[in-house]
Amino acid sequence: MSLNEVKIGGMGASRRRVEDNRFIRGKGNYVDDIVLPGMLHMEILRSPVAHARIKSIDTSAAWDMPGVRLVLTGEMMAARNLAWMPTLSYDTAAVLATDKVRFQGQEVCAVIADDPYIAKDACGKIVVDYEILPPIVNPVQAAAPDAVQIRDDKAGQVGNKIFDWEIGDKARTDNAFADADVVSKIELHYPRTHPSPMETCGSLADYDRATGKLTVYLTTQAPHIVRAAVAMVAELPEQNIRIVSPDIGGGFGNKVPIYPGYVVAILASILTEKPVKWIEDKTGNLTSTGFGRDVYLKGEMALRKDGKILGVRMNTISDHGAFFADAQPSKFKIGLMHSAFAAYDIPTAHMFATGYYTNKAPGGVAYRCSFRVTEAMFFQERMVQAAADDLGMDQAEFRRVNFVKDEQHPHRTAFGFLTDSGQYEKCLDIGLEAIGYKNFAAEKAEAAKRGRLLGIGISTMTEPLGAGNSREYDILGIKMFDSAELRIHMSGKAILRTGSRGQGTGHETTWAQIVAHELGIPADDILVEEGDTDTAPFGMGTYASRSTPVAGAAIAMVARKVRAKARKLAAHLLEVSEEDIEWELGRFYVRGNQERGVTIQDCAMAAYSNMPDGMEPGLENVAYYDPPNLTWPFACYIAKVEIDPETGVWDVLQFVAVDDCGVRINPMIVEGQIMGGLTEAYAMANMQYQTYDEEGNIIGGNYMDFLLPTAWETPGFELYEVVTPCPHHPIGAKGVGECATVGGPAAFVNAVMDALKDKGVRNIDMPLMPNRVYEALTTGKDIYGMPPVRSGN
Amino acid sequence: MSSLYEEINTPPASDIPVRRVTINVNGEARTANVEPRLLLAHLLRQGFKLTGTHTGCDTTNCGACTVLFDGRPIKSCTMFAVQADGHDVQTVEGLASASELHPLQEGFKQEHALQCGFCTPGMMMAAKALLEENLNPTEDEIRWALSGNLCRCTGYQNIVKAVLWAAEKMRAELN
Ligand code: FES
Ligand code: FES
Repeated sequence: MSLNEVKIGGMGASRRRVEDNRFIRGKGNYVDDIVLPGMLHMEILRSPVAHARIKSIDTSAAWDMPGVRLVLTGEMMAARNLAWMPTLSYDTAAVLATDKVRFQGQEVCAVIADDPYIAKDACGKIVVDYEILPPIVNPVQAAAPDAVQIRDDKAGQVGNKIFDWEIGDKARTDNAFADADVVSKIELHYPRTHPSPMETCGSLADYDRATGKLTVYLTTQAPHIVRAAVAMVAELPEQNIRIVSPDIGGGFGNKVPIYPGYVVAILASILTEKPVKWIEDKTGNLTSTGFGRDVYLKGEMALRKDGKILGVRMNTISDHGAFFADAQPSKFKIGLMHSAFAAYDIPTAHMFATGYYTNKAPGGVAYRCSFRVTEAMFFQERMVQAAADDLGMDQAEFRRVNFVKDEQHPHRTAFGFLTDSGQYEKCLDIGLEAIGYKNFAAEKAEAAKRGRLLGIGISTMTEPLGAGNSREYDILGIKMFDSAELRIHMSGKAILRTGSRGQGTGHETTWAQIVAHELGIPADDILVEEGDTDTAPFGMGTYASRSTPVAGAAIAMVARKVRAKARKLAAHLLEVSEEDIEWELGRFYVRGNQERGVTIQDCAMAAYSNMPDGMEPGLENVAYYDPPNLTWPFACYIAKVEIDPETGVWDVLQFVAVDDCGVRINPMIVEGQIMGGLTEAYAMANMQYQTYDEEGNIIGGNYMDFLLPTAWETPGFELYEVVTPCPHHPIGAKGVGECATVGGPAAFVNAVMDALKDKGVRNIDMPLMPNRVYEALTTGKDIYGMPPVRSGN
Repeated sequence: MSSLYEEINTPPASDIPVRRVTINVNGEARTANVEPRLLLAHLLRQGFKLTGTHTGCDTTNCGACTVLFDGRPIKSCTMFAVQADGHDVQTVEGLASASELHPLQEGFKQEHALQCGFCTPGMMMAAKALLEENLNPTEDEIRWALSGNLCRCTGYQNIVKAVLWAAEKMRAELN
C-alpha cells in the first residue's frame, strides 16, 4: 500500500527534466531575453594593451552622437567611490580604469545608449591616450627583481608577489625523503583556460527612484553573494536590493565573481533612472572574466622499493593576473590544492605555494572545480604515473598498493582533510575490466605492427565537494552553509525554494525528487523556484559541486521538519497519540493497524482547515544546513588512445568512467553531468587553452583561437557506477558535477604519455596538440609550457 | 524606443538609413524597417521578440543562432536582416504546433540532450535540416551535421541519441 517511489518521481528516478519544457520551445528566460520598458543599452570600451598608464581620455565625440545617454569613465566612477571594488580574495579590482590599465581587455569606459549598435559606435569615438609600460606575462617575469610593479595602486605592496603560503609537515616530509629508496620527480604547467559558458555574462539593472528599489537581473551562480556585495559597494540598503538570476546559459564557475560591467550598469541605471542592459560579447567574456588554472606545479615523491609512497612534496607557482580575484574560501590562498593525494595513504606531505600578479586577465575561478582541486588531481595523477614508471611497476598495481582501503575510512589525509567513505579498489577493478586491461599488451603489440602507438591512461581520485562546513569555509567572512524553504499548500502541492542556483544542472527536477523521497508528495506536484533574493532563503549559491551536498541536504532537512508537524496533524486526524503513529512513504498510519491512516495530503488540508486547538496553522518551514564535512566522491577514469606517429594525432579508442558519487538522486542527470565534464576534460587535454604573447596580447580571446570540441571530435564515453553513500549527508549523496572535469584530463594525458613511454618522453604539457606530440615523439624530448605563440599572422 | 528594432507601420522621420523588409517567419509575414547593418539574429530577437534564437559568440563559431533560411540551416548572426527580405525563416518557436511538440523536441527531452538549454534551439534547427534530407542518419552523419554547433554542457552523446530518437519516430510516423 506504500507508494512506489520511482513512480512518484522520487530518489533514483531518471525523471525527465521539468526545465526542458521551456528550453525545447525556445522559451527559456535568459538575461538577454528580458526587456523592460525604456531600457537603455550599455557597451564597454576595453583596453587594447596589456599594461599602460592612462594619460588622458577624451569622450566628447561619443557624447555628441545621437542616441548616447551617458558615457562613464574611471574618473566619474572614482567621484562616487566606485572606481575600485573588493574581490572574493580580499584584494581590490578596478571597475573602470583610472590610473593604469593592467591587462588587455580591461574595462576603461562605458557608453549607455538607446540601442547596442549606437553604444558600440560611440565606444569607437572615445580617444584614450596610453603611455605603454612593459607587460609581464608570466610569474618568472613577475618575480624578476627589476620587474615593473603592476599593482602600484596598493599601499604596502612589494614587487608583484601576492602570497607565500604553505601547509603540511615539512620536517617529517624531509625525513621521509631521507629514508626513500627512490625519489620520483615531475614538473608541469596546467595551462590557463576559460570556463566559457555558451552564454556570456550580462545584467539588466533597474533602479526605481520612487521606491528606492534596485532590481538587477544578472547572470550569477550566487545571487545572495551579489546582493551582499552590491549592498557593500553601492551602499544601498540590503532590503532594497533584489538580485534575480534568471535562466543561466551555463556557468562552470565563470558566473561566480562580480564583474565591473554589473557595477557600471547599476550606476548607469541610478544616474539615468532607466533600466540599463549590459550583455558582454564573447571576446569580452574570454578576455576579461574569470579564467581557470594557470599554475606551474613541481613535485617529488619519496618511494620505497616495494611501491609504498612515503611522502610527497609539492610546489606551486600560480599566475593570478592583474587582480587577485580567485573565488575561493578565504582561509586558503591556493584553494583546496592540498586535497591532492587524498585517495592515497601517504604518511606525510608538504606544499609550498606562491602567487603572482601579471598583466593578464584576473580570475582563477573554480572552473568546474572545487577551488584548484583540478590542478591538484592532475598533478597527483601525473605524479603517480611517473612514480610507477620510475619504480618499473604496473600503474594499476601501484595505485592499488597505495589506495586508502575501504575500512580505513574516515581517513585523515597527509594535508589534514578527513575523507569519509569510498571503495577505491572496486572502482578501479570495474574500470580495468571494462577497458580490457589484461589484454592491453597484446593489443598494443598488434597496433605496433600497424605502425600505431597505443597507450592506456588511468586517473583515480577522490576530491572534496560541497563546501563548507562553516568552521573552515567562508567567502568574505560569510559562512558556506545553504538553505531550503518548503511550503505545502492545502491541496498537498508544494513550492520549494533554495539558496542555490541551477545553471543547467536540473535543480527544478531533482530538488522535487528529494521532497518526494522525504514526504511522498509526487515530484510533479512540487514547484521549485530559485535565484530571486526577494523570495529565496539566503544561500551561498551553486559552484564547487556544492548544491547537492549542501542545499540538497537542506531540502531533506526542511522536508523532515514539515513531516514532523504533519505527524502531529495525523495524530489529531486519527485521534491517537503521536507515539502511536507510523510513517511510510506519503502516509501516516496507526501502529498495528496499517489500514487506518491519512496521507500527507490529508495532513496538508488539515493544517489549513482542521488543526488541533493551540496548533499554529499552516504547513511550512525553512532549514539552514551547515554540513559537518565535505563529501568525497571517487572516480576512476581510463582512456585508451592510439597515436599516429606520422602526424602526432591521437584518437581515443575507448574511455571508461567509473563514478561513485554516493546515492544518485536522478541517475540520468548524474550521467549527463559526467559526460559533459569529460568533454571539458577532453577539451583541456587537447585544444582548449589561453596564452599571451610577449606583448601581453591574449591568444584564445575568441572562438577562432579558443577551441572547443564539437560533436565531431568528442569521443564516446562508457559510464559505470558504484554507490558508497556519504555517511553524513541526510540522503547519502555526494557532489558530482565537476568530478569528470577534475579527474578526466590526467586520464587522457597519462594515456598519451603511456604510448610515448618507449620514446623517452615523460611529459608534454597540455594541450596535447598533434604538433606537440609529433615533436616529442620525433625528438624524444619533453615539452614544457604553453604552445609557442604564433606571430606575424 | 530604438528605430533599429522597432516593428513599425510608418517610416520613421529621421536621417538614419532604413529599409523595409518583409520576412516570412515561421509561416507568418513580418514587416519591419531596419538599418541595413542590423543582423538577422538581432531582428529576430529584439525586433520580433523571438528570443529562442540565441547568440553565443561573435565569430560565427557557436551555432546558437542557427535558423532555417529557405529550409537550409544558417547562422543568423552572420546574415543581415536585409538579406532575408522576401525569404523564409524558421526558428525554434516554429518547431512545435499548438498541440504537439516536434519529434526533435520530444527526443531532446527524452534523451536528456540539454542542460542549460542555451545551444538547444540552434542544435534542434541544425538537426531538423539534417532530418529533412535524411530520415535515417548514422551516428557519424549526425555528428557531422551538428559540427557547426557548440554545446558546453552535454558532451553531445545525448544530443546524438536525441536525433536518432526523433528520426525513428519520424520514420514510424511516415509508415
Ligand atoms: S552567435 Fe555564434 S555562430 Fe551565431
Ligand atoms: S546545453 Fe548548455 S550549451 Fe548545450
